[in-house]
Amino acid sequence: MSRRQFRPPPRTGDGPPDDTGCTVLHVDMDAFYASASLIDRPELRGTPVIIGGGGRSVVLSATYEARAFGVTAAMPMTRARRLCPHATVISPDHDRYAAISEAVMATFRSVTDRVEPLSLDEAFLDIAGAVRRLGPPTAIAQWVRDTIADEQGITCSVGVASTKFVAKLASGLAKPDGLLVVPQAEVIVFLHQLPVGALWGVGERTEEALQRLGLHTVADIAHTPLDTLRRAFGEATGTHLHHLAWGRDERRVLAETREKSIGSDETFAADIDDPALIHRELLRLADRTAARVRAAGMMGRTVSIKVRFADFTTITRSRTLRDPTDVSRDIFVAAIALYDALGLQRARIRLVGVRMEGLIDSERAALQPRLDDPDHGWREADRAVDQASARFGAGAVRPAALVRGTSIAHTGSMPRKTGPATAGPGGDLS
Amino acid sequence: MKFRVEREVLADAVTWVARGLPNRPPVPVLSGVLVEADRAGTVTLSAFDYEVSAKVTFAADVDEGGTVLVTGRLLADIARNLPSHPVEVSTEGTKVQVTCGTSRFSLLMMAADDYPTLPASPNSSGSIAGDVFTQAVHQVAIAADRGDTLPILTGVRMQVDGERITLLATDRYRLAMRELTWTPAASSAAYTALIPARTLSDTAKALGAAGSVELAFGSHAGGEGLIGFEAGQRRATTRLLDGEYPKVTSIFPTSVDTEAVLSTSALVEAVKRVSLVAERNTPVRLRFAEGQVAIEAGAGDDAQASEAVECSINGPDIEIAFNPHFLLDGLAVVGTPFSRLSFTQPSRPAVLTGQAEAEGDADSSYRYVLMPVRFAS
Repeated sequence: MSRRQFRPPPRTGDGPPDDTGCTVLHVDMDAFYASASLIDRPELRGTPVIIGGGGRSVVLSATYEARAFGVTAAMPMTRARRLCPHATVISPDHDRYAAISEAVMATFRSVTDRVEPLSLDEAFLDIAGAVRRLGPPTAIAQWVRDTIADEQGITCSVGVASTKFVAKLASGLAKPDGLLVVPQAEVIVFLHQLPVGALWGVGERTEEALQRLGLHTVADIAHTPLDTLRRAFGEATGTHLHHLAWGRDERRVLAETREKSIGSDETFAADIDDPALIHRELLRLADRTAARVRAAGMMGRTVSIKVRFADFTTITRSRTLRDPTDVSRDIFVAAIALYDALGLQRARIRLVGVRMEGLIDSERAALQPRLDDPDHGWREADRAVDQASARFGAGAVRPAALVRGTSIAHTGSMPRKTGPATAGPGGDLS
Repeated sequence: MKFRVEREVLADAVTWVARGLPNRPPVPVLSGVLVEADRAGTVTLSAFDYEVSAKVTFAADVDEGGTVLVTGRLLADIARNLPSHPVEVSTEGTKVQVTCGTSRFSLLMMAADDYPTLPASPNSSGSIAGDVFTQAVHQVAIAADRGDTLPILTGVRMQVDGERITLLATDRYRLAMRELTWTPAASSAAYTALIPARTLSDTAKALGAAGSVELAFGSHAGGEGLIGFEAGQRRATTRLLDGEYPKVTSIFPTSVDTEAVLSTSALVEAVKRVSLVAERNTPVRLRFAEGQVAIEAGAGDDAQASEAVECSINGPDIEIAFNPHFLLDGLAVVGTPFSRLSFTQPSRPAVLTGQAEAEGDADSSYRYVLMPVRFAS
């Protein structure tokens, strides 16, 4: 669900596009969350539908019919409802999205083992090794589109090109439900007709700066001396822009399948300024994040928190721990320390989030226990909680501070009491 | 004020007092060194930052007595770099002139009126050989915590019981303990002091060359909460850390299943080499079996290394992993040609002690207890 939409430039070549050497596919589900949510609600197809939570959450996705009214992802639900009051609002079903995503990724992997997922609903495929077996790139792309439409009941758009960034541009231009091949010989002409905002890495700021310099199209950038670009945007960005404008993109499709970070955030039903409530929410998020990290068989070293204030300014802070961990309490303690270090004086907060980064396989993680660690500590407690959750459902066992009510985000008001529970197994030196 | 002294004498003295000067003093005067010249022919330098005080007295040709305060770090740098000639220090107006051969320095005088009063000079509670003291402090200070999570663990605990001193430090991952004897002024001496590890090892290092170091505890040091050190003309006091040091007796393993004795230097060399491939936080694995220890690091797709060192093993084979830095820290200070490693389980603390000969008994005056690394699953 891109911020900006561009029109595909007219083709220059004749006849069917020559897809020789176009071995990079970018596959992007069309309005993924919306389409997936409509599988069970076929009657809503062709009508404006917004996927998002109630209250003050943000838009996760919207059908193209809703987008026509200006609804975009990450927009507050209240605003989306105002823009498109007759749209049907459906709550997100994350389990379902994950299941469809897994099936789609499995389809990709049947084509090639070089699949680089970018998110749940998009991925790069390097099909250089599949051409001999499965046919030319265009045929493979069409097969992927057909298979996903048949098996999952949702559509996708595919960009076919020789580099990642052109393939990604092409899939964006092919949307919805389309296929666009950019032959190697036509890359430069194709690119040069596009506005500068189409280039990878050009966000609003860079775009403004480019516009100020009178550079409106990719061709303008391409014909600006490299030194000028470097002076204006710095060594790295300047060079990067120059290379992209000439269609050069050395990045390879990396079959990186493991998640790099795991986290969750919560938008409050009403802005909150009570530190005790925020601490409790951080406890809940840390608990949930840790459970997901453990379920993924990973451990992480960097804990980060996100805080969004009532005016939507958002800050993140992170701390790298001495050792990797998957222990709920370690993550919670680090998150609270990060939050307290902000020194907020009853600032009104809209959202908090907790995230674990620097994830590695827990099988490879070396732990340096302390001399006085008890034989049965927080790690063992977490394991017991996980087993109880597996048997009786998530949340069957949870910190005492979280027992009353499920979430302050949904109940709105909670009896004010103490901060999060801190009792638990400890050592001699603690 | 006006006095003359040999460059070496001045450089040694200024270096000693300026050693503990704060980099960013809370009050500007604390970055100064107080120079007091006495007509009787002595010059005293002192520095103080409310935590640590240092003082030294040396003989000089004093023409004119007086007291000035000058920037300590600059004076130390100048003194160290002067040519090897007599140095003349004198005041002229608001400047302090330092002249040596043909080089001249002119330093601004700081306002000495604001300078705090130093703690009183300590009276000795007893004495200890300088080299023994320095080594013991060094052996223990490596295990002190460098972080800021538990301030009390950044200290070295010094416990005096008659003729025995026990030094101990731990950062909860390893624990170092050294027992030694000293000559107390009174045989009933009993003190406990928790000394910031950094300051203690700096002070011990600077005093180590002296034959004998006097220690002053409690009222001898000029008040509770202070410890005093004195060697020759050098004196120092340090503010103690406040708080209850955790109980550590339960940390020491009560039994031993496997003991290995091997050359300290051979093990250090091998661990250093193998740990080149051990990226941050990855351990070295030690497998003790069949008269040798196989040392390995790295796994999976990462670089790997292995090496074997001969050793005598008493007890069942064992495979155990350590943070290489923690292991090397202990081996670097054990101070004997041979090291003895005692194990129970691969998940339980190991103990490092030294011994002079391969076949001899362990010297348990120094014990380094190290928690092994284990894998998450």
